[in-house]
Amino acid sequence: MNIDYSILTIITFVPLAGAVLLALLPDRGRIQQWGALLVTLITFVCTLHLPSHFDYTAPAGSFQFQENLSWIASPSIRYHVGVDGLSMWLVVLTGLLAPLGVLISWKAIDNRRKLFYILFLLQQVAMLGIFVSLDLFLYYAFWELSLVPMALLIATFGRTENRRRAAIKFFLYAFIPSAILLVGMLWLYARTGTFDYPQLAALAATHDISSSPTALWLASLAFLIAFLVKVPAFPLHGWLPDAVSEAPTAAVMVIAGKLGLYSILRFSFGIFPGQSHRIAPLMLALGAIGIIYGALMALVQKDLKRLAAYGTLGHVSVVILGIFAFTVSGIDGGIYQTLNEGIGGGALFMLLGLLYERYRTYDMREYGGLAARLPWIVTMFVLTSLSVTGLPMLNGFVGEFLVFSGTMQSTVANHTGWTVLATASVILTASYMLWMIQRVFYGDLSRRSAQIDAMDLTAREHLALWPLIALFLFMGIASPVWMRAIDIAGANIATTVNRSQAVTVNMDASTRNGPATPETALASTKGTR
Amino acid sequence: MSPNVLTLLPEIILTLTGVIIMLAEPLLPATSSRKPLGWLAILGTLAAGLASWYQTGFGTMHSFFGTIQVDSFSIFFHLLIAAIVLVTLLSSLDYFEGHATHAGEYFALTLFGATGMMLMTCSVELLMVFIGLEISSISTYIMAGFRKGQASATEASIKYFLLGSFATAFFLYGIALAFGSTGSTRIDSISLGLTTTATPTLALLSLGLIIIGIGFKVSAAPFHVWTPDVYQGAPAPVVGLMSTAPKAAAFAVLLRILFSGYPSYEPRWAALIWVLAVLSMTVGNLGALMQRDVKRMLAYSSIAHAGYLLVAYTAFPADGIASACFYTAAYAAMNVGAFTAITQIAGYQERARTIDDYTALALKRPVLAAVLGFFLLSLIGIPFTGGFFGKFYVFSAALHAGRVWLAVIGLLNSGIACFYYLRLLAALYSRPVTENDRVDAHTTVTVPAAIALTLTAVATLLLGIAPNRILGIAQHSADVTVHPNPAQPGADATTTSASR
Repeated sequence: MNIDYSILTIITFVPLAGAVLLALLPDRGRIQQWGALLVTLITFVCTLHLPSHFDYTAPAGSFQFQENLSWIASPSIRYHVGVDGLSMWLVVLTGLLAPLGVLISWKAIDNRRKLFYILFLLQQVAMLGIFVSLDLFLYYAFWELSLVPMALLIATFGRTENRRRAAIKFFLYAFIPSAILLVGMLWLYARTGTFDYPQLAALAATHDISSSPTALWLASLAFLIAFLVKVPAFPLHGWLPDAVSEAPTAAVMVIAGKLGLYSILRFSFGIFPGQSHRIAPLMLALGAIGIIYGALMALVQKDLKRLAAYGTLGHVSVVILGIFAFTVSGIDGGIYQTLNEGIGGGALFMLLGLLYERYRTYDMREYGGLAARLPWIVTMFVLTSLSVTGLPMLNGFVGEFLVFSGTMQSTVANHTGWTVLATASVILTASYMLWMIQRVFYGDLSRRSAQIDAMDLTAREHLALWPLIALFLFMGIASPVWMRAIDIAGANIATTVNRSQAVTVNMDASTRNGPATPETALASTKGTR
Repeated sequence: MSPNVLTLLPEIILTLTGVIIMLAEPLLPATSSRKPLGWLAILGTLAAGLASWYQTGFGTMHSFFGTIQVDSFSIFFHLLIAAIVLVTLLSSLDYFEGHATHAGEYFALTLFGATGMMLMTCSVELLMVFIGLEISSISTYIMAGFRKGQASATEASIKYFLLGSFATAFFLYGIALAFGSTGSTRIDSISLGLTTTATPTLALLSLGLIIIGIGFKVSAAPFHVWTPDVYQGAPAPVVGLMSTAPKAAAFAVLLRILFSGYPSYEPRWAALIWVLAVLSMTVGNLGALMQRDVKRMLAYSSIAHAGYLLVAYTAFPADGIASACFYTAAYAAMNVGAFTAITQIAGYQERARTIDDYTALALKRPVLAAVLGFFLLSLIGIPFTGGFFGKFYVFSAALHAGRVWLAVIGLLNSGIACFYYLRLLAALYSRPVTENDRVDAHTTVTVPAAIALTLTAVATLLLGIAPNRILGIAQHSADVTVHPNPAQPGADATTTSASR
């Protein structure tokens, strides 16, 4: 039997097996770290199987490496996993960030290592599960599961006394919209009798889910809001600064961005294409406002981590802007930018973590003039911020360029104004990043920096950072390697949404004249039950 | 004659074991350990469970002049109650060790209580149900006050007794009115009598009184006021039992009465249950938010869970039963588990009471903290736990029956609920500000308690990963209990109109 059929299961559950293994091993010496590193490396190597065996000639909208088994008979829930161009690189990215996260926590986590690495691996399982699930129920299970290890990581390993509050805030922000998401899912199931994403998407394409526009609207909002909170998009980002400033570095690297953005691209656009297109003007506005708001908030922060948190808000807003433009280049750019955010944000938080390990503070006023003492760190910092601000030749440029050009060509209302505004705000991103570098690394040597004689990067830290730095460059120059798969998915999403829009207009016209469409979906529900 | 006796075999075994324990108790020297009696009780419970299992071969069978009906529905609840009692006995085996010399009575009372609960689930005659209810209630009244010498325990016992008797009176009055209106106290005859009765108002009143009586037993709001005080004062293992087994029995009775006794009044009682469900969920969750005492918090949470369960009742006819049965099982597994863990953490003296007392438990007793955390996650309703599938089935049944708003309210409530569970969970895993001396790192979990924790944890996990089998049994019991209405298309019509 070909490994293609079970590779996704292996990828998803190797970390789980690893977590069980770590639970059995004693918390002595460096056993836990090496164990976690080994498990995450194995997972990463497994994820590399996906791009090397990806079939670029497969028809658009099809899934690869699928496994589809019956899990629960009634209600009909299947263990259905698979990837396409959209999720494949996200899986690889998740695989890559995990060993780096372990490396960066090597010394930062100095007690209760066992608990830390178990939770870290469980978080990994949940994230991989989210990206590969094609059964809505299975997806939801992983989605909810992803909250638990993260909340516990914040509650246990948070930096200040505020950690318990931050953990609960993070959990509540995500859990309450998820409860509504569950209502939406159950409603979908009651209409269609299936949780299977490809089937639901097919039904959505032929407008067979429900003929009631109000119900469809409510359901689509239930989905979208749950995802937007997780992204987080302005103005639903309340949990982000607290959670980011408390959470340990390895957890912060994966806290925002890709899970929510992926879910919007996959489920909101796939199951509710018409509604997504209708709400696009609002989302473009929120995206553009989010970019500016994030950048402005970042400018006034004194805490490095909070600055990075608001920066993250700005970056994910760029993705929101791009994907809701519904042009091929906008969506491609959005997906690419999601990857960039994972890499760039990851690198930034790692570097901040390194600084914290050395100087025990995130307060920018305590820093200054470190450039001469820490040449490697400052080099990495500058490279990262150039990537984040979108310097040509680096990865950020590719993503942002595609997003803004895609938004400009969009047919969504008011797109020009928002694009102009968003593009202009790139200058703000550059200013807060560069200003931060100036304040931390240049100028006079601050008292704290002078007192503490810190080392430059160690070999382990080099090892953790170089893959990301290398990716900045590769993804900037050789973007077609990644774009090839992304473009298939992006073009498919754009077509789906735009086609649904065209048909919806016709449908509106026809329903006004003709009789209402019969409830075909309900008939099928009866049949299956 | 012999099959007649066999239908009550589990009850008979339990009663006999209880009587033997009662007789043996005074014969043992006052200073000696009561543990052998506990093991005897465990054996009796196991035997009763096996006897129920044996009854599966009977099919649906009536006996004792049609007052007892053994079917897969009653067997489902018999097994569930036996399992709960088994776990409770295991967890309390060492609980009284060195603290109380009357532990033998405790084991006997537990068995008598279980007898009453089992009798409730297999009776199809309201007076028989009443007898079962009394047997189970009286033993729980006594058990609630078992930590003698503690003011809160006495308070719990007296409160529970007074309010409980009051509620039972309502139930009895309801039976009398039902008899007056329909000429029978047999559930199936009531359903027939309703079609020809000259006094439908009286019948409705009888149903209302019965719902009040049972609403008290399951601590549904607004009949919940006794719950927090009783749960706080009663010994932790007893609370674990009290919050699950009698409730399961009462829910089973309610299912039988509503679904096969008063099916023709469905629109009226469904509205009533709708209100009860919303009230219970909201009152329970909001009340729990305010609590600092862990047992009080779990008391309010049990009110909320009664509300979730009542949601299933609005999904008439068949979806409701299966999902309610499943939820009862899932709730029993996680709640008994949580109380078993609390018993082990707090001990007889209940040193750890408030959430702050549980701070950093994970540092001192990592395994126990992990297990308690797992049960809390299940109570929140995180996927891959029984609690999740319980909620999932209940709310999908409600949605299928077209109760969209009820599902929305319920799931929003579960969002609120996660806050207080999470507060405890976060406390377990956070570093203490000052050294927490409330939990003892040195006491170890005894073997029987470890077995109890393992059983409940495995059950919670299995219900969350492979719910197929239990749901299949629940579905089967639903099929035999209710002969669904011929008016099936009507039910679908509501789905269409209401989900708009």
